[in-house]
Amino acid sequence: MTEILQLIIYGVIYGSIIALGAVGVSLTFGVLRFANFAHGDLMTFGAYMVLAAYAGFALPMWLSVIVALAMTAALAVFIDQTLFRRFRRANPMILLISSFGVGLMVRSLVQIIWGGSTQVYDPGIQFPYQFWGLRIRPDHLIILGGTLVLVVVLHVFLQKTRMGKAMRAMADNPDLARISGINTDRVVIWTWIMGASLAAAAGYFLALDSRLQPDMGWFILLPVFAAAILGGIGKPYGAIAGGFIIGITEELSTLILSPAYKPAVAFALMVLILIFRPTGIFKGAR
Amino acid sequence: MSVLRMDSVYGGYGGADILCGVSLEIGPGEIIAVIGPNGAGKSTAMKVIFGLAKVREGSIRFMDKNITGLAADRVVQQGISYVPQVDNVFPSLSVEENLDMGAFLRKDDFSAQKRKVYELFPPLAERRTQAAGTLSGGQRQMVAMGRALMLDPKLLLLDEPTAGLSPRYMEQIFAIVRDINSLGISIMMVEQNARQALGLAHRGYVLATGANRFADTGANLLANEEVARMFLGG
Repeated sequence: MTEILQLIIYGVIYGSIIALGAVGVSLTFGVLRFANFAHGDLMTFGAYMVLAAYAGFALPMWLSVIVALAMTAALAVFIDQTLFRRFRRANPMILLISSFGVGLMVRSLVQIIWGGSTQVYDPGIQFPYQFWGLRIRPDHLIILGGTLVLVVVLHVFLQKTRMGKAMRAMADNPDLARISGINTDRVVIWTWIMGASLAAAAGYFLALDSRLQPDMGWFILLPVFAAAILGGIGKPYGAIAGGFIIGITEELSTLILSPAYKPAVAFALMVLILIFRPTGIFKGAR
Repeated sequence: MSVLRMDSVYGGYGGADILCGVSLEIGPGEIIAVIGPNGAGKSTAMKVIFGLAKVREGSIRFMDKNITGLAADRVVQQGISYVPQVDNVFPSLSVEENLDMGAFLRKDDFSAQKRKVYELFPPLAERRTQAAGTLSGGQRQMVAMGRALMLDPKLLLLDEPTAGLSPRYMEQIFAIVRDINSLGISIMMVEQNARQALGLAHRGYVLATGANRFADTGANLLANEEVARMFLGG
């Protein structure tokens, strides 16, 4: 029983990271109608920007994270305005392939600047807290608390602010948004700002949970997409739920399968959803 | 001075012209009905005003200002609002949020305008927090019209506002069109229910194969034998 509880805790932690990544994928899909394959690499970029600010400029950790969120958002807006903007009316497949290329470039950039070897924010071992036979590291509490704060911020943004409502409106019906006088170019920019900031946070949490590596975001893209699809692509709340489902399922699967099969579990879940409920468990965008 | 003036407009969606010389004029406080058979270019005549179809030749002027080819988000700033025939609400947004989106361009306090809209459409006032996608067809049409009124436009374009509605809702929508008009808003309405539309409108235009066929007061068009035979089903 303790073992199962422990795995669920790990699943929720891993699920938090997946969920934050999946929300960004879902937001950009909802508003721009294309699957952004560079999203994982935006996560990587965010994680390394934290390293640059924290280890390079010796800023406090909380400030480093804020700087990283801002820099990643700026990178995403820059990529959108210089590249994706030209393909707004193009076939989504062209956008998908170009995002694949963007991902490669960002990954290579990280590799050129920081090298290919793994790194950590703080060397040394963290001693986990123990209670009722369960273990949780201080870093894990940062991940859980941080995710909670970000999900609340996202919720308030989407439900209460003018721009958040416009984002939902544009995901619902882009033509009607334009007819209503909504400045759709500004909505697109805000979508990138929100999606990329959440990606940067997810990347930071992923690095906290394990290590920094130039291909860390690329490798987590599969469970992130699985979560977004599971929740109904285009639905940010569904993506959050999807993230936790994927995270917990992957961890629990280690009870019966070798941990090496964890990505396969995410993949299997995605395939099952696509076969039996292609619009996701919460019915997403077509 | 006319509110809107369309001068021999040719255009469509990039291929062959759908409109082959359509001219029409909307005066201040007027209701104009545009009728005609399927494929006559009625909806396209509305879409060219809103930059959703291309004008190849001819001009469109609004309040004496040339708006030919202006993009939709710029047209709406001029004081024209448009209610498309289908997909005219944000389904996952609440009724209230739909109205808020209609007022996106407004930087001032628009609560008074929202109150006015709820007075025009009492059923909406009871369903402020309900998602628009869960409403009935008639109620959805009300949300769409309410959204379009949030900017307090000078001209309202309605593309088949009663299509697919039950007779009860149809009567209600036509009555509301009259109410909106009595607020001083000019209305251009494309309608399949030609008799009712002409009965309501001050003037009407009959289009066929992308060109003007008849233009007269609503009453005269209803009395015109040829119009009745060809376009009103006898």
